[in-house]
Amino acid sequence: MTELDRPAAAPSLLSRMKPNLETLPTLAAVAIFVAMLIYGEIAYGRIVAFSTISNLLINNAYLIILAVGLTFVILTGGIDLSVGAVIAISSLVGVMLANAGWNPLVVMVLMILVGSVFGVASGVLIQYFNVQPFIATLAMMFLARGLASILSTTPQRLEDDSLIRTLSTQWKVYDGPKIDDLVTTPNVLIAAAVVIVAFFLLHRTRFGRTVYAIGGSEQSALLMGLPVVRTKLAIYIISGTLAGLAAVVYTSKLGIAQNITGVGWELDAIAAVIIGGTLLTGGAGFVLGSVIGALVLGLMNVLITRDGGIPPEATTIITGGILLAFVLLQRFVVSRKRKT
Amino acid sequence: MSIPASRSSTAVRMVTGLFHQPYVWAIVALILLLIVNLTKNPGYLGVSVNPATGNLSGNVIDILRASAPIMMIAVGMTLVIATRGIDLSVGSVMAVAGAVSMEFMNNTGTGSFGTAIVAVLLALGISAVLGTLNGILVSIVGLQPFITTLVMMLAGRGLAKVITSGQNTSATNESFRWIANGTFLGFPVVFVIAVLIVAVLAALVRRTALGLMIESIGINPKAARMAGIRPVGILVSVYIVSAVLAGVAGIFSTASVMTVEVAKTGMTAEMDAILAVVIGGTSLAGGKFSLTGSIIGALLIATLDKTIVYMSIPSSATPAFKAIVIVIICLLQSPRVRSMFNRRRTRVIIAEKETVQA
Repeated sequence: MTELDRPAAAPSLLSRMKPNLETLPTLAAVAIFVAMLIYGEIAYGRIVAFSTISNLLINNAYLIILAVGLTFVILTGGIDLSVGAVIAISSLVGVMLANAGWNPLVVMVLMILVGSVFGVASGVLIQYFNVQPFIATLAMMFLARGLASILSTTPQRLEDDSLIRTLSTQWKVYDGPKIDDLVTTPNVLIAAAVVIVAFFLLHRTRFGRTVYAIGGSEQSALLMGLPVVRTKLAIYIISGTLAGLAAVVYTSKLGIAQNITGVGWELDAIAAVIIGGTLLTGGAGFVLGSVIGALVLGLMNVLITRDGGIPPEATTIITGGILLAFVLLQRFVVSRKRKT
Repeated sequence: MSIPASRSSTAVRMVTGLFHQPYVWAIVALILLLIVNLTKNPGYLGVSVNPATGNLSGNVIDILRASAPIMMIAVGMTLVIATRGIDLSVGSVMAVAGAVSMEFMNNTGTGSFGTAIVAVLLALGISAVLGTLNGILVSIVGLQPFITTLVMMLAGRGLAKVITSGQNTSATNESFRWIANGTFLGFPVVFVIAVLIVAVLAALVRRTALGLMIESIGINPKAARMAGIRPVGILVSVYIVSAVLAGVAGIFSTASVMTVEVAKTGMTAEMDAILAVVIGGTSLAGGKFSLTGSIIGALLIATLDKTIVYMSIPSSATPAFKAIVIVIICLLQSPRVRSMFNRRRTRVIIAEKETVQA
């Protein structure tokens, strides 16, 4: 009965969920996530529990935000390698200003704006001066990291009673048995809001269609009269701004900022996006897929910690391996699609 | 009327010709940096000879020594970039090579000459394996070079940490240490080795058709394939060369302190290499390359590093300076800025044509 009703109720969503080559990587990511959950539950126990899931979301809120930002960039066929370094400088600026007695609200806005500034710089270099995206954002990465090192090379601690830290207060949503509570933090809600807004922007607005069109073929998008220049500038600004927001979220959670914060996070964020089914060459993908990708990476960390047998140093190797596997899967899908 | 005009135009052409040498700006910048140092200390360029050992010492020699690892990765990066690729993994390969050699020497602990040889071979071998992986993924599988080598950059750093179990491993071996701290005819051994390697490679690339083939792949891969050039072999070997040279650089930079700092060795080295290449006038869009330019670029970076330390600016800030330099160079290479220069040049050419007609 319900199965008959559903197609009429939401045809667009269902047709999108139907397994075809385009959704294969995303479905693979969902399958892997579920498989990891089941494996973890059987092997280590207490994985499918409110507390674990809550912590997964709380610990990876920043990664979800980063991945959403990168989804925009990668959908147009670009890349942003500067996000990790932008987090470092943004959180350092934020903590130092907050400790200097600035209004925490102003500080948070400034932290986000620091990200925007780097986004604008990358966007202008790429759009107006034809610099390859990865070179421009690599330069921004080193610039941000270098500036952060000029500010401070020692960990800066945020005062515990600072307003910024209230973003990571834990709210008990559902009181489970013993310590198995469903908790959330404002950070998680911020990440959820970012995902919802991004979903709306990408799938329901003209801007979103332009992003996909640029990724499909920038030339065609230009010939169709779409605002390519404005859109490409905007996506790098979005990515930078979200990196700034991720810095706020991360700083509020950890309370410490350092010039080496976020080394290698660009790989995590890129991996989340790619695992989530966004084509590295652009033009196809889903924001919600990137969220799944981020959660897969987060869950992987949980499982590695629980297992104890795998050295934590090997995490980047595993992340790299998964990323590579999914890029190869994409190539396979694309080549199959071309043949049919 | 026409004679002075033509004379002035040839003068203009000579000047513009000089300035169109791709690496002339690098030389200018190098001289400027040295002048900056000289203003702080007039005796900066002094080189003294130790009468007992015949060793040269001085800031210039220090710069030569520091430039050796950068030269290695810059030369490898030049070839990769010439094929329209990029190798972001050089820094991590340096760390892996250093980690392998240090771990091996630490475990055997004999300190003999043979151990040093095996350590070097092990380091170069594992670098070659990583380079082969890069090359196969780029050429046969057809992945974008930057994503392939980005994965290798982060996974390689992880591999280095796994090899040393996250520790900064040290070892003692005088033969290995000699590579970095020894001297040959008064010059640092690292510099001599680097020059020899570059000379062999330059001969291989420029005295055979290899360099031309690499350039043709970078200029137009399709046309190169139509002309009968097989890209797979060349691409794989280019990535192997880049990784092996990064391994050499890793040996250089760990041998001087006989310690591998897994989180630090080769960090941001990829930026140095890219910077040296673009300073040397090789376009990031691929195609024509200049090994001489990249070597001058490497010297410039070594000088920049030393200058920043000399000016007592914290050395962790150097990436910011380098990023600014690379942004400026990218701007100068960009079509928008170039068209501004070109407009001026076409005006000169038009003036020339008029004089010919007259």
